[in-house]
Amino acid sequence: MDTDLSSQDRKDLDKFIKFFALKTVQVIVQARLGEKICTRSSSSPTGSDWFNLAIKDIPEVTHEAKKALAGQLPAVGRSMCVEISLKTSEGDSMELEIWCLEMNEKCDKEIKVSYTVYNRLSLLLKSLLAITRVTPAYRLSRKQGHEYVILYRIYFGEVQLSGLGEGFQTVRVGTVGTPVGTITLSCAYRINLAFMSTRQFERTPPIMGIIIDHFVDRPYPSSSPMHPCNYRAGEDNAAVYPSVEDSQEVCTTSFSTSPPSQCVFTVTKAHFQTSPPMVTDTLKVPVMGLAFSHQPAALGVGSADMGYPVLFAGGLNAAHPHQVLLIGPGKEGGVPPVPNQPAHGTQADQERMCTPLDGVYYSAATPSSSEDTETVSNSSEGKCGSPHDLLETIFIRKVGAFVNKPINQVTMANLDIPFAMFAPKNVELEDNDPMVNPPESPETESPLQGSLHSEGSSGSSTGNTHDDFVMIDFKPAFSKDDILPMDLGTFYREFQNPPQLSSLSIDIGAQSMAEDLDSLPEKLAVHEKNVKEFDAFVETLQ
Amino acid sequence: MVGTGRRCCGPSGATPAMNCRAEVLEVSVEGRQVEEAMLAVLHTILLHRSTGKFHYKKEGTYSIGTVGTQDVDCDFIDFAYVRVSSEELDRALRKAVGEFKDALRGSGSDGMGQISLEFYQKKKSRWPFSDECIPWELWTIKVNVVNLANEQERQICREKVGEKLCEKIINIVEVMNRHEYLPKMPTQSEVDNVFDTSLKDVQPYLYKISYQITDSLGTSVTTTMRRLIKDTLAL
Repeated sequence: MDTDLSSQDRKDLDKFIKFFALKTVQVIVQARLGEKICTRSSSSPTGSDWFNLAIKDIPEVTHEAKKALAGQLPAVGRSMCVEISLKTSEGDSMELEIWCLEMNEKCDKEIKVSYTVYNRLSLLLKSLLAITRVTPAYRLSRKQGHEYVILYRIYFGEVQLSGLGEGFQTVRVGTVGTPVGTITLSCAYRINLAFMSTRQFERTPPIMGIIIDHFVDRPYPSSSPMHPCNYRAGEDNAAVYPSVEDSQEVCTTSFSTSPPSQCVFTVTKAHFQTSPPMVTDTLKVPVMGLAFSHQPAALGVGSADMGYPVLFAGGLNAAHPHQVLLIGPGKEGGVPPVPNQPAHGTQADQERMCTPLDGVYYSAATPSSSEDTETVSNSSEGKCGSPHDLLETIFIRKVGAFVNKPINQVTMANLDIPFAMFAPKNVELEDNDPMVNPPESPETESPLQGSLHSEGSSGSSTGNTHDDFVMIDFKPAFSKDDILPMDLGTFYREFQNPPQLSSLSIDIGAQSMAEDLDSLPEKLAVHEKNVKEFDAFVETLQ
Repeated sequence: MVGTGRRCCGPSGATPAMNCRAEVLEVSVEGRQVEEAMLAVLHTILLHRSTGKFHYKKEGTYSIGTVGTQDVDCDFIDFAYVRVSSEELDRALRKAVGEFKDALRGSGSDGMGQISLEFYQKKKSRWPFSDECIPWELWTIKVNVVNLANEQERQICREKVGEKLCEKIINIVEVMNRHEYLPKMPTQSEVDNVFDTSLKDVQPYLYKISYQITDSLGTSVTTTMRRLIKDTLAL
């Protein structure tokens, strides 16, 4: 199968795939850091921007990716996966997304490696940049900090989607055919999130969302460790990971065109030999300018072991003054008539630059651009949008106040009143239910939290169909009373159906009716006698 | 609702072999969301249709500059997108979108309109004929402006429009991923027929933006007809 591919092409292709994989990981992890990313365009190529895109290399991430790849490339059955998960401050974690870079067997022999494949990989990276902002985890990651953090894990091999819960969605970022197979990049993301938005819960402070389906032990304990999607100001970290040592690996920056009559881009062997070396292993290019290895200043990160990132206010992209020009067609040549088109000509623009590259990531203290658009954006409710109308899938697990241990223990007869330990000892106690038997140390601060933990033990996936609120018996709270021989419940039941009033029962009623009718004439006579008194009385009222 | 209508629009008098693929997207937004929604879609398309600046060297080789990107948060929509780091390009788009928004708001408009982004190639003709513009990709975004009564509806609209835009981005990426016709990489003399080389830092394909507002005459006819039919049925 490889006989059609020249060895140079094969080497190039392998290199492209390797760096594509590394850049993919960088894009994904950087998109989950919780900050806005900004890189500069540069009109002159520096020789170190792979795929002609300015994507920074965080050394730790590169290191992890290389460790996972271990010198291999994605191939059939061996996919590179980046798993994004969320970890709460209580230590619970949940997988949010799995990004997969896969290779299948469908080859495209005709395609030109060093031009078409390269450009398509570049396009695929751009698509990845766009798609990473569109899945629900993006909004979650922008709000990470005190209550939860976002972690990433890279592994190589079989894709494991089971941790995403039921009904996860898949979005395909794109595919690129190559002579050795088709590269596919896709993302599977969880939609089974139940998150509070301020729209729904205005008064309760967010504990953290009520998350279903995630209190599972990590099924793959032997796999690679999780890493936070933030850069810790760790002294040891910075030293361990070398800066981009790929000074030997130069990305392709030179292309060539053939005479216009043919209009086909070919890179022939002749070009390879005569033109300046495009991709060689021995060419050393000084890596400069783009600050791949940046020693961050102290970030003021919170508790160091959790590595909570601080939300950076590195807001850029200020609102420009509206002096815009429609620069549509080029200046030379005939200008096609276009409606609503203003005068042409470029304007000496004051390019609003990003912060110096060194500072973009880590300048927590100095939001460089003046206008900060972050104040308004995302200031509203914490809502994770997803392309598929997430609101309808939100449902809250609440546990009724009078429910004992849910589901499993419904059939137990001895449901008792809450706080029974304060009641006289002639009642039986449920040992394990925190509702009934509040432990000495107040570890369950709220009923919700208690029920969450008990939910967790009952497994992950199928908990949704059970009733949350089951009233077994009417056991009113706080009703045990030593004074009365009976409790409120019994009292209520007994006197719920009092006997009928005698006057309202039918036979007695009938009798009295008859009597009433008979006595009417007498009563009328009496009243007529006293008419004058009645009239006087009425007068006083008026 | 998304229509990915793929009709082949005939180019303006050029060779019939050339096909222009057309994609249509539809959004319903509130008045103040129009600008951001349009910018999000246009920037996403242009992100995929821009390269770094070409630098031609001897022997017909060229090198390509680097394209930077940046995140943009929307103020009126729960949404964020990525755009090319080029202030000139951003200004150009904002100007066009601003005009579109003003036209939508203006009199004679029913709140419906569409903005089109067309990528084209120039074909030089001999004198006295002027150069032809041959479109090869046309994106049309249909906009329907809704008016909302209270703050709660606006809040819901923020989120809904955010979700819709997520869908649009996925649709755009899907189209881009088909790897269909792209103009061939030009030689140095031809580069201005394919790319817009006027920007300092990036080089998008030649594009033009135009818009149409559905005039009130058109829509009022529709509403009159609707009323007539309703009245007839009510009887």
